[in-house]
Amino acid sequence: MLATAIVVFREVIEAALIVAIVLGASRGIIGRGRWVSAGILLGVTGAALVAVFAGVINDSFSGNGQAFLNAGILLAAVGMLGWHNIWMSSHGRSLAADVKEVGYAVQSGSRPLTALMIITLVAVMREGSEVVLFLWAFATGGMSGMSMLAGGFVGLVAGVLMGVGLYLGLLRIPMRHFFSVTGWLVLLIAAGLAAQAASFLNQAGVLPALGNSLWDTSGILSQGSLVGQMLHVMVGYTARPSGIQLLFYVVTLFTILTLMHWVGRHHRSRAPARAS
Amino acid sequence: MRRHTVRLLTAILLWVAAGAAFAADLITLDIKAQAFEPKEFSVPVGVKVELVVRNDDDLPAEFESYDLSREVVVPAHSQVKVYIGPLDAGRYRFFNDFHQASEGWVVVAAAAK
Repeated sequence: MLATAIVVFREVIEAALIVAIVLGASRGIIGRGRWVSAGILLGVTGAALVAVFAGVINDSFSGNGQAFLNAGILLAAVGMLGWHNIWMSSHGRSLAADVKEVGYAVQSGSRPLTALMIITLVAVMREGSEVVLFLWAFATGGMSGMSMLAGGFVGLVAGVLMGVGLYLGLLRIPMRHFFSVTGWLVLLIAAGLAAQAASFLNQAGVLPALGNSLWDTSGILSQGSLVGQMLHVMVGYTARPSGIQLLFYVVTLFTILTLMHWVGRHHRSRAPARAS
Repeated sequence: MRRHTVRLLTAILLWVAAGAAFAADLITLDIKAQAFEPKEFSVPVGVKVELVVRNDDDLPAEFESYDLSREVVVPAHSQVKVYIGPLDAGRYRFFNDFHQASEGWVVVAAAAK
């Protein structure tokens, strides 16, 4: 039972940390709760579908379906996280000013709520499909299955509590620094997910590795430890990265930063009265 | 500037094509009774290898490796394909993420000539 709890906990924590940071980063945007909840529901549905069709997915793209699916949804998440940050670079200041009052009614059309929903959906679906697949095998296995399911439930609750803990921790950051902290976290998550997508494409044999083990810090901080895993989710920590992972990481980081800078400056020069 | 870009793209394409063309080696790794078989296998330095992971159990498994940055679910009674390498000499650990006790190693050593 404990073993099951740990496996589920490790999967859930990855999604929970991402959702916590997304909830933090979208603080004050009216309607985010509904959109993020919708993302979780759709993500769970998607996870079940992926688990049910695991065999079909495996056999597609000459046996590389799983890697392509993972790379695709990770890159979609990277795009959405980037969109969110670029949007925030032009609205973040006024959002920070208004957040203590009634919330910020964002002009329709430009709000990144769809982005929030898709990020949540992707995070939940990716990790959730593994949980479903893992637990399903036990659920159909009779008596011992029940204690396994109980273990899975404990793992799920523990993982969600870690997410809640992170969210509450984020809320303690003073409002002055709040959105720059969440902005950096979102940026680093995006870069880390891009690096993961790169390794999936390399796993499928369509991208070169460009060198393996650029460095090896697994002796200092194992990626399998709890801290290592949390850093893997939040900043993309990889103990033995390949060249292609580093390349995707750096390119994503600089692309989003450049766009944020460009859009933010453009916005300020157009509407100087709103800023300050 | 533009010619530079074209040249760079051509180089990358050739590299990818070369990588695909030389991916000839094939290794099969079995999962039986929640254990890897073989527990250790060797691969030459600097060669890309196609690894087929076959799960003979009634339980799903996840072939995962932090050292290789690989992660793939292997449903019960099915197999998946994973490319690894080209690798430098060394030992690379892999494990079953759904059953952490089962692990194995890829040993990469320069071919003795």
